[in-house]
Amino acid sequence: MARVLVMVGTRKGAFLFESDEARRHWELRGPFCEGWPVYHVIHDPDTDPATPAIYAAAASDWHGAAVWRSPDLGETWEHSSEGLTYGEDAPLRLSKVSGLSAGHGRLLAGAEAAGVFESRDGGVSWRLLSTLDDQPGRDDWNISGNQPPGHLGMPGLLLDPDDPDRFWVVVQGFGAFETADGGSSWAPRNRGLRADWPREHEEVGFCVHKLVMSPADRDRLYQQNHCGMHRSDDAGMTWTEITEGLPSDFGFAAAAHPHDRDGFYVVPLDGGHGRVVPDGRMAVWRTRDAGASWEQLTHGLPESAYVGVLREGMAIDPLETPGVYVGTSTGQLFASADEGDSWQEIASYLPGITSVEVAVLD
Amino acid sequence: MADVHLPPTLPPLFPDLPRQLDVDAASVQGAIAQLDARWPGLRDRLCEPTGDGSGGVVLRPHVRAFVDGERAEVATPLTAGSRLDVIAAISGG
Repeated sequence: MARVLVMVGTRKGAFLFESDEARRHWELRGPFCEGWPVYHVIHDPDTDPATPAIYAAAASDWHGAAVWRSPDLGETWEHSSEGLTYGEDAPLRLSKVSGLSAGHGRLLAGAEAAGVFESRDGGVSWRLLSTLDDQPGRDDWNISGNQPPGHLGMPGLLLDPDDPDRFWVVVQGFGAFETADGGSSWAPRNRGLRADWPREHEEVGFCVHKLVMSPADRDRLYQQNHCGMHRSDDAGMTWTEITEGLPSDFGFAAAAHPHDRDGFYVVPLDGGHGRVVPDGRMAVWRTRDAGASWEQLTHGLPESAYVGVLREGMAIDPLETPGVYVGTSTGQLFASADEGDSWQEIASYLPGITSVEVAVLD
Repeated sequence: MADVHLPPTLPPLFPDLPRQLDVDAASVQGAIAQLDARWPGLRDRLCEPTGDGSGGVVLRPHVRAFVDGERAEVATPLTAGSRLDVIAAISGG
């Protein structure tokens, strides 16, 4: 029987939850990574399907940024920041690794200040791929006065499952960018997005929070933006807003249904500086028709719950009836074994959750 | 030999790294370099680039060094018998 592993990053280390295929009873292990703030925990699907390598992007306030790795489902961990630097003479300082992605025999790491690094030796060493220097607006990206608290730099990385040279990155507050040549050259992919502020460049200046691809149709992308939910049917070349029917145009997290190209999940939040679920009603919202309509999923989720969910805070597993997992920035972890129809709280008192990912183990 | 004392947050990051050890070095930076040679990556847990184009490093913002009880920087000299305390600041929450 398959096992399901939920990987959780928190403000105080990484945690692992394991269950069988029923996904009713969960075993918790952790905290790992010495209690460092962890921004993203992933597994590498190209490694042993029974014991995949796990990676955690972390940054200690005292000891700096590193990527932790575990070859044995969390039993042992090592860390490395070899090569995770812009150089001792560079004007950019790497404060944290905010996002990870694994595939095609390599790891990608997105960092603050904004740049993308790669590792081809399982996270032992890294090299800088790009800081997207030729992109419009690039000179403004890393000016500290322009940045919000908790700036993540490059929090989003989305791989093309078929083409190792093609991937997308998110530069916080500036938009999504695609490379088709392994990071040598880039193009903005923000046409059709909305921005409720003046922009200096036609294709840059959009606040992309989370970019996901439908596993069922690789031309179908979804994104939760600072300004609305959006869908692309041409792999990010153009975007169409699909916010209507949701209680808010703001949110961070998003997840795509593994089998249904029209299925997509979001957790709308109040768009002010509170950034918690509207009216204190914890809810995940689902569309089954590519955003034409939305349904509010609340069964088993709490009321009077003034919680938020961050951009990596939701994941969906690939089982026949997919499970959905949502972690809050105040440390509750909710799981649904029935595509979001019903929910249980599988952890109540974790540190603030920054990321949730899931793997099905053989 | 300088008598080097490390913060408790450091040994869990590097196998077999003790809290206290003797290091033969002429400066704080030299001592850290020697530790980095034995425990690769250790320097990056204590230091970061200056970012001013000089190619140098400084102690991380929440790391402090003291030589014989006096606040020190990476260039501070060590002599035989110096005590070097590296402290992870009591900041955070």
